[in-house]
Amino acid sequence: MTHAPSLSPTSPAVPTAGGFFRRFRSAPAEPHFAKRVQFNSPLLPYLFLAPQMAIIFVFFYWPSVQAIQSSFYLEDPFGFGSTFVGLANYTDVLKSGEYRGIARFTAVFTAAVTFFSLAIGLLLAVKADGVIRGNGTYKTLLIWVYAIAPPVAGLMGMMFFDQHIGPLVKFAAVFGWDMKVGLNYNDTAIAMIVVSVWKQIPYNFIFFLSGLQGIPVSVREAALMDCRAGFRRFWTVTLPLLAPTAFFLLIINTTYALFDTFGIIDVMVKDKAANNPISLVYKVYMDGFRGNDLGGSSAQSVILMLVVFVLTIFQFRFIERRVHYN
Amino acid sequence: MAAIDILEVSKIYAGGVEAVKSVSIDIADGEFIVLVGPSGCGKSTLLRMVAGLEEISKGTVTIGGRRINDVEPADRDIAMVFQNYALYPHMTVYDNLAYGLKNRGTPKAEIDARVAEAARMLEIEPYLTRKPRALSGGQRQRVAMGRAIVRKPAAFLFDEPLSNLDAKLRVSMRGEIKQLQKRLGTTSLYVTHDQLEAMTLADRLVVLNGGRIEQIGRPLEVYHTPASTFVASFIGSPAMNLVQVTREGTRLHFGGQVLETGRLPPLPAELTLGIRAEDLRLAQPGDPSLRLKVEYIEELGAQRLVHGTVDGKTLTAALSPEIDIADTIALTVAPSRLHFFDTSTGKRITQPLDPAAGRRESATLPEPVLV
Repeated sequence: MTHAPSLSPTSPAVPTAGGFFRRFRSAPAEPHFAKRVQFNSPLLPYLFLAPQMAIIFVFFYWPSVQAIQSSFYLEDPFGFGSTFVGLANYTDVLKSGEYRGIARFTAVFTAAVTFFSLAIGLLLAVKADGVIRGNGTYKTLLIWVYAIAPPVAGLMGMMFFDQHIGPLVKFAAVFGWDMKVGLNYNDTAIAMIVVSVWKQIPYNFIFFLSGLQGIPVSVREAALMDCRAGFRRFWTVTLPLLAPTAFFLLIINTTYALFDTFGIIDVMVKDKAANNPISLVYKVYMDGFRGNDLGGSSAQSVILMLVVFVLTIFQFRFIERRVHYN
Repeated sequence: MAAIDILEVSKIYAGGVEAVKSVSIDIADGEFIVLVGPSGCGKSTLLRMVAGLEEISKGTVTIGGRRINDVEPADRDIAMVFQNYALYPHMTVYDNLAYGLKNRGTPKAEIDARVAEAARMLEIEPYLTRKPRALSGGQRQRVAMGRAIVRKPAAFLFDEPLSNLDAKLRVSMRGEIKQLQKRLGTTSLYVTHDQLEAMTLADRLVVLNGGRIEQIGRPLEVYHTPASTFVASFIGSPAMNLVQVTREGTRLHFGGQVLETGRLPPLPAELTLGIRAEDLRLAQPGDPSLRLKVEYIEELGAQRLVHGTVDGKTLTAALSPEIDIADTIALTVAPSRLHFFDTSTGKRITQPLDPAAGRRESATLPEPVLV
């Protein structure tokens, strides 16, 4: 047996986000000998890039720099001035037991939301893919939920978990579980996870379904002849071929759970007792805009930025390696 | 290894479309059967029913005496080679070959041995650690073959396995498939739309049209005694000339021109006459002749295809390239090589005048006189 060293166009050693999205979107045999465009003026390509760069600068780099800068200052609550305090904001935050508790909850929350929304989305997609009659209606019904705005989803979720009229609370009561959403920390956490997962399932469903339909029929048929057990077939052939989709969704869902669940959390905990679980992003908002501690809030968002940065690098470095791009 | 018996099998889709209509084929152990026909004739559907990828609407299929209508594809003891190879893109060549065996609980040592043997046979040993995308089309085709071979199944099913290869590779792979099948002696069912592939590979040909069997027979049998105008025009290249003629005694009228055959079996007055292009020869100078007005010539190197009309009816003759072609040429044909078909049903009317003589001309028959 000899190796096939240079022939297989595997992913580069350190994949980049640009590479990832390019590969995710492009057709398999996209030529890497793409045509090189020659510009008359060397400035022209920069001019074409300018609008995009301007947007990134204004909405990403500039606020990021602002956040990093203000994280080293203690801001006067009324905006009359600020004092340089070095790393004091960071040490305060990291020493705080409350902050560490919220970080722990955020980790659990993110992991749970990502896992369940991916797993349920995949399950529904696999089942929908097998439906032959009336599949259009079926798919539309599943995708519908995605059209609901997060705060509305949060509101609906609240109604589902309402102490007096919530059907899910009544359902829990059948099993002798006295659910007190908004009062009991764990009950609120569970409600939060359920609503967040529910909101994200359709998104994952759409992507998994299109991923499934992108697997060549003949490959599945070949597997049908090679492997008798349906689950094993799914595990050894279908899932590996879905890996690019799954990896993309993993990143999107992690980001969703960390940041985009803000609306849901806001609706569920607003004006409630302080005993409710919140995520790190909500804490940034609470401290910065409710507590007027801009310095501490900035420090928190810088920490969050670093966490996401590390997490994304980890995902690309260690998980994407196992992903087979067709 | 096993015999396959396809008995009155039909495929009826929801909505009532009947893709395969009561087809019966008896396949002997070790036989190479080729299903051939134009697209939409139901050949792939029939193969997929045997494979278990399509449900059998009516009839039964038995493999080695076991009825497999309701048996899972993986339990039918068959292996299939797909048109687009259908290799698992995320597995190495070795894993592609071993996958089916692993799932059947074959011991690791035996898997290794079988994969090594198949790889040696197909000369894909250097690529065992590669992924399919790093292979050329021909190499992928070999891997697909290997995946079927390692299983040592009762039957191989081929679904147009060579149509994605270039012409040259197709010819060499064709030869390899034939040799391999002979060596392994595995019963094979092969689907193709390419009549040349069908002719060269098959022990027996099954010509399908519109979901029905037009003819089953050995390749030369089908070639020399096509059962219908459909088979006559489908098998053989160039296609057999089919001309509407009227009979008068022993004479056949091509519009204004007349072919005197000397002797004819009982035939209706209106019939379809079939003549293979290579059975048309230049008439000797001075002979009475069927005059072909030449329209264009295709040079094939070894042969020259002369296309033209005889009183408005198109004919193609395959002639030697050494002969000079004038604007109008005189052609003649041996009466033993005439094929007669019923014009309305398209069915063959009689056996050839002298089937025992085969390709040779019968001494008892006079040369046709062309008036």
